[in-house]
Amino acid sequence: MSTLTPVLTDTWDAEQGWKLETYAARGGYSSLDVAFAMSPDDVITAVKDSGLRGRGGAGFPTGMKWSFIPQDNPKPKYLVVNADESEPGTCKDIPLMMGNPHVLVEGVIVSSYAIRANKAFIYIRGEVVHVIRRVQAAVAEAYAAGHLGKDIHGSGYDLDVVVHAGAGAYICGEETALLEGLEGRRGQPRLRPPFPAVAGLYASPTVINNVESIASVPAIVSNGAAWFASMGTEKSKGHGIFSLSGHVQRPGQYEAPLGITLRELLDLAGGVREGHQLKFWTPGGSSTPLLTAEHLDVPLDFEGVGGVGSMLGTRALQVFDETVCVVRAVLRWTEFYKHESCGKCTPCREGTWWLVQALTRLEHGQGSEDDLDQLLDQCDNILGRSFCALGDGATSPISSSIQHFRDEYLAHLSHGGCPFDPARSTAWAGQEVSA
Amino acid sequence: MATNQLDDKTLTELREIAARYPEPRSGLLPMLHLVQSAQGRITPEGIEACAAILDISAAEVSGVATFYTMYKRHGVGDYHVGVCTNTLCAVMGGDEIFARLKDHLEIGNDEVAVKRQGDSRTVSLEHIECNAACDYAPVVMVNWEFMDNQTPESAVQMVESLRAGHEVSSTRGPRLCTWREAERVLAGFPDGRVDEGPTAGEASLAGLRIARERGWTAPDPEQVPAVEAGEGEA
Ligand SMILES: Cc1cc2nc3c(=O)[nH]c(=O)nc-3n(C[C@H](O)[C@H](O)[C@H](O)COP(=O)(O)O)c2cc1C
Ligand code: SF4
Ligand code: FES
Repeated sequence: MSTLTPVLTDTWDAEQGWKLETYAARGGYSSLDVAFAMSPDDVITAVKDSGLRGRGGAGFPTGMKWSFIPQDNPKPKYLVVNADESEPGTCKDIPLMMGNPHVLVEGVIVSSYAIRANKAFIYIRGEVVHVIRRVQAAVAEAYAAGHLGKDIHGSGYDLDVVVHAGAGAYICGEETALLEGLEGRRGQPRLRPPFPAVAGLYASPTVINNVESIASVPAIVSNGAAWFASMGTEKSKGHGIFSLSGHVQRPGQYEAPLGITLRELLDLAGGVREGHQLKFWTPGGSSTPLLTAEHLDVPLDFEGVGGVGSMLGTRALQVFDETVCVVRAVLRWTEFYKHESCGKCTPCREGTWWLVQALTRLEHGQGSEDDLDQLLDQCDNILGRSFCALGDGATSPISSSIQHFRDEYLAHLSHGGCPFDPARSTAWAGQEVSA
Repeated sequence: MATNQLDDKTLTELREIAARYPEPRSGLLPMLHLVQSAQGRITPEGIEACAAILDISAAEVSGVATFYTMYKRHGVGDYHVGVCTNTLCAVMGGDEIFARLKDHLEIGNDEVAVKRQGDSRTVSLEHIECNAACDYAPVVMVNWEFMDNQTPESAVQMVESLRAGHEVSSTRGPRLCTWREAERVLAGFPDGRVDEGPTAGEASLAGLRIARERGWTAPDPEQVPAVEAGEGEA
């Protein structure tokens, strides 16, 4: 059994892998005719049977989401691809779109066909110009080759795709805020229900899926649901891209069946930075509670990570060694949430501001142990009371770090400041030529 | 720039953007990118033009322009340098890089460095959030192109090359264009640089290289037994 299973990453070492010619030579766009020979409902069933769950963080079953689109609703249906990738640590969709944009376009076509959409949007965060170039060009090439437009492959099915650049706002990764952005408004989340499946873009039935979810669809349709389901674990099927960053020897993208462990991934990546040990890590971005060396053997699937009080999230494995001050790390993430809070609801808008104040004081060694409990109280006032999951996510690094590293917070108080030397954590630490 | 009025070509292109969408207002974000490309920032005239085309109020357009961080009320340099200081990059050295650049350029966050005698181009500096390139930390973006695995020294050298007008390329992308040219791509007008740069950077290939070495692949579809219908619904 292969430990790594390159599917979406498989073409990344190809010369000009972003070009249609390269992609087509490897069988690209062959899932279209397979899908067009099926009814749209059968495509949905295949995706359901594959067990594919959303790769954007929450892990909602993709086929089930598609089946919620009310087909008796006379309004047009839309597919929107969430390519906002901004969750700190997450860095898989960007290289995927840069190296293999056609697999996303192919996935968009098959997925749109399944939900009977004739218009699809790819919403890409604006801060990645070259990635946007590659996706724009892939869409243009697909039109020219007859994979997009009218009567695709003679099937009678029409599809238009618009590539849309965002403009810098983490909250626009939240699906209803993304729709606001796509409608030309401030990216503030919408009240649910109604869910986007019923009233999404332009109040029409809309499916929103992550880049990697949609890009996984062509191989499911071509190779079969059983093929996809033969990878992964019982309730977390298939392949996923795991992104290792930070204090590891070979950071990067590792595509593996869900359920691989951090220990296995670290083995492949050459281990933690030479001469250092793992201290803490995020399983799926900064909004997923921190884990420690104790959790090296937790299966990285939805249930496994959920079982130890965190979340699989986006498989953004940010690895920090013992030189890193957890308070510094958490304060920086908290500043991020404060900056990115859209301001719509009070618990998050005011709460993230207070969290930054409290953490800053603690980092400077001011206050007392009571302040830690107050910090946890503040988290309680945000968690579950915020309008969207950004507020919840903001509390994850704080509560989990206090749970695992309470003593380190206290050390700041007894030390009168941070006891760590940030210079020891840098990529070039220890490499300076000493005089 | 004597007048801030948008030229006819830009106005035509703004309408073109709005026409891509079932409802024209959806074009607003890319339209504002085009305003920045044409005018170097979000100008009152640009806001008025978008409002007129979309038949909404200038206040509504302004409300959108102020919400998103990529829209600038004041000008930026020909090369806008963004240093990622989100946790992972900060820890890996982004904080040091940002401090060094501030010091070297003698500016604060979100400011444009003075154009010295002999400089042919300007640079501005900003600290940015995670740019989805954490496996290349510490990350610097220039006009939203990746400059991976930077050090304080490499970053200083890079801004000096940019100011001198030398050609600089993204570490896994094209030759850098100016900020205004990049904004035009974001508005949906390709610039022909798509085929520059590699398919993927080294870190992106880390897992694939190991899989190739060890002969690891995804399962062969021929070898997989059929799934029972309805299994995925459990
Ligand atoms: C604050 C916030 C940011 C998010 N950012 C992203 C993102 O960048 N990309 C993404 O696919 N999903 C993101 N999500 C999740 C989306 O809301 C949504 O669940 C997802 O796009 C659904 O696609 P999937 O089912 O294919 O995973 C974010 C959610 C929240 C609350
Ligand atoms: S939780 Fe934060 S980001 Fe979400 S709606 Fe409230 S203020 Fe906005
Ligand atoms: S933290 Fe800097 S790119 Fe992700």
